[in-house]
Amino acid sequence: MPNPQITSRRKPSARRGREPVRERPSARAPVARGVFGHVTESPKPLEPVQQPQPITQEFPKPATEGAVLVTGVCGRLGKLLARELHRTDQVVGVDRRPFDDRPKDIVHHQVDMRRKKMKDIFRGRNIRAVVHLGVLHDPRRSDRERHSWNIVAFQKLLDYMSQYQVPKLVVLSGANVYGPQPNNPQFLTEDAPLLGAQHFGGMRDLVELDMLAQSFFWKHPDTETVVLRPCHIVGRVHNAASNYLRLERPVMVMGFDPMMQVVHEKDVVRAIQLALRPGVRGIYNIRGPGEMPLSHLIRQVGGRPRQVPTPLAKVALDQLWKLRLSTFPSQELDHLRYVCMVDDSRARTELGYEPAHSIDRVLEDVRRLRHQLS
Amino acid sequence: MAQGGSIVPFAGWRRTRLLGESPLRQALRSVGDRVVRLAEDVVGQDLDARIAGIKTHLNEVGHDPFGFDPETSRYALAMAALLHRRYFRTQVFGINRVPQGRVLIVANHSGQLPLDAVMIGSAMMLDADPPRFPRSMVETWTAELPFISTLYPRLGQVVGSPENARRLLQQEESLIVFPEGARGISKTFDQRYQLTDFGLGFVRLALETGTPIVPVAVIGGEEQYPSIADFKPLARLLNMPAFPVMPQLFFGMIAPLPTKYRLYFGEPFRFSGDPDDDDSAIEEKVWLVKSTIQSMVNRGLRERKGVFI
Repeated sequence: MPNPQITSRRKPSARRGREPVRERPSARAPVARGVFGHVTESPKPLEPVQQPQPITQEFPKPATEGAVLVTGVCGRLGKLLARELHRTDQVVGVDRRPFDDRPKDIVHHQVDMRRKKMKDIFRGRNIRAVVHLGVLHDPRRSDRERHSWNIVAFQKLLDYMSQYQVPKLVVLSGANVYGPQPNNPQFLTEDAPLLGAQHFGGMRDLVELDMLAQSFFWKHPDTETVVLRPCHIVGRVHNAASNYLRLERPVMVMGFDPMMQVVHEKDVVRAIQLALRPGVRGIYNIRGPGEMPLSHLIRQVGGRPRQVPTPLAKVALDQLWKLRLSTFPSQELDHLRYVCMVDDSRARTELGYEPAHSIDRVLEDVRRLRHQLS
Repeated sequence: MAQGGSIVPFAGWRRTRLLGESPLRQALRSVGDRVVRLAEDVVGQDLDARIAGIKTHLNEVGHDPFGFDPETSRYALAMAALLHRRYFRTQVFGINRVPQGRVLIVANHSGQLPLDAVMIGSAMMLDADPPRFPRSMVETWTAELPFISTLYPRLGQVVGSPENARRLLQQEESLIVFPEGARGISKTFDQRYQLTDFGLGFVRLALETGTPIVPVAVIGGEEQYPSIADFKPLARLLNMPAFPVMPQLFFGMIAPLPTKYRLYFGEPFRFSGDPDDDDSAIEEKVWLVKSTIQSMVNRGLRERKGVFI
């Protein structure tokens, strides 16, 4: 998908926090009307602006005012982002979980994203950007639950965004949507097809989420949509990559040693902050401080790889999965066999992103949490 | 899967035993070092200095992004040097014609096993000055094979895709290309030294990246494993490009016949034009490269006294 420059200028009158203004028939319009039960005539006479914002040529939307809504704020990454953002912005957090140790100026709504209450959050205040981190990755959850979380809830979020004309959306997807394949080029660009679900059905909704964000990008040119696709995020987060690296004796597939990229969680947080600047839109791959073979990575963290032949690893992992002794489905073994690395040149040139944490620092953080756990 | 240690019996014992390098790895390393020393004695060149002399593009953490590993490559170079100098007694002509910077080395493909690529690679490493480290593009399905998929990237081989080739050329690396592909390598003995159809991709790639093309004629590869037939049904069954029937295997000769290799490097072509041009326009340039290689092959065949001398 090309990264078009900003062509449309948002009407200054279309402020958030008041009655939704629908200026333009969109492909989503009938759905939104049906769901939310109100019909607005288009074109609607524009309301006068109370505080006219100075509009510069480069940034048509000086969206400096208003809060940043962070979904899934109670995850490790969400908390990190909230703590960084609340120094400069108003932060509104949304999560099913409680956010007890939050800084005082962060407003937290403990709601399910699928509930109607979400709409009140949008209606109640001026939201200038939405950062969507509330993605359910847990492979243990059922397909239906994952679908309703990742797709239905996200669709509703997008509906509210178009209704209340939020000018910025940042979605955290991942390099996994490209999928590890034997015929992958060494570095995947943003134009590469999303084949992540080809061999692993569990990835289907994550690919679909990425696609939804992409279609939103095209359907709503008023909203600056940014999709970030970072490689394996590690650090103190609890995701598959970090959990794997924390193992004392992680399983490697015998005869395979693919090159791997990891990125520190704080670098991802910084990339999200960069993406929140006005004028930024498009898809960006995010890469860490360099790639190295998986075996080197494991040794640097202090683990000792356990080499297991592919068929045995598959059978064993399937059994362990059935017995709920392992959190890794056997289809994820492809990540230990084939490359799935990204090219971040676009993020470097257009986003100004540069990984700040060295590989030693990244792996040190992974290691530290392992020692704390043990 | 993380074992705490206290519950698991003998966990501590395993830890102490496995802390250092495994005995197998140690043994492999000592054998490898011996091979490298032997090769250095035979070749009379410092192989480690040769490897240290090549230009690689390391990333921020000191690894080659495509997985090239000098540690593994020195063993491979030692083996290749022994084959190059002793077994095949390769003669190299005109290696000085290979320009510095990005270059596509286009050669005829032959001999059932890609030893011709090994010979071109070792010629570039041992005979060129300064040493050049050529990458070659390997079939995609090798990435699915255990051990091979680890070994090839460590030796600098890259899975064949246009994106990878473009990236390598933009890094000013040299690439070995066999436009005949599997058609060329699995020729039967009656078709020896007759070039089959060339693909068009390499010329498009050269036009796109402004890369000079060096034609190379390889003499001696066709006789290393003479094949009398291609057993197509079995090849299809095994999902292989061809299944050559090689009589020498019936006599227990697994190694290739010790033919004498001759490598002729030609003057580089520098094409200009639109990479997205019509096939007919590209085919003209491809034909020029192909006919040059064919005439170099024919000249080499006329000049040689025998297959083994």
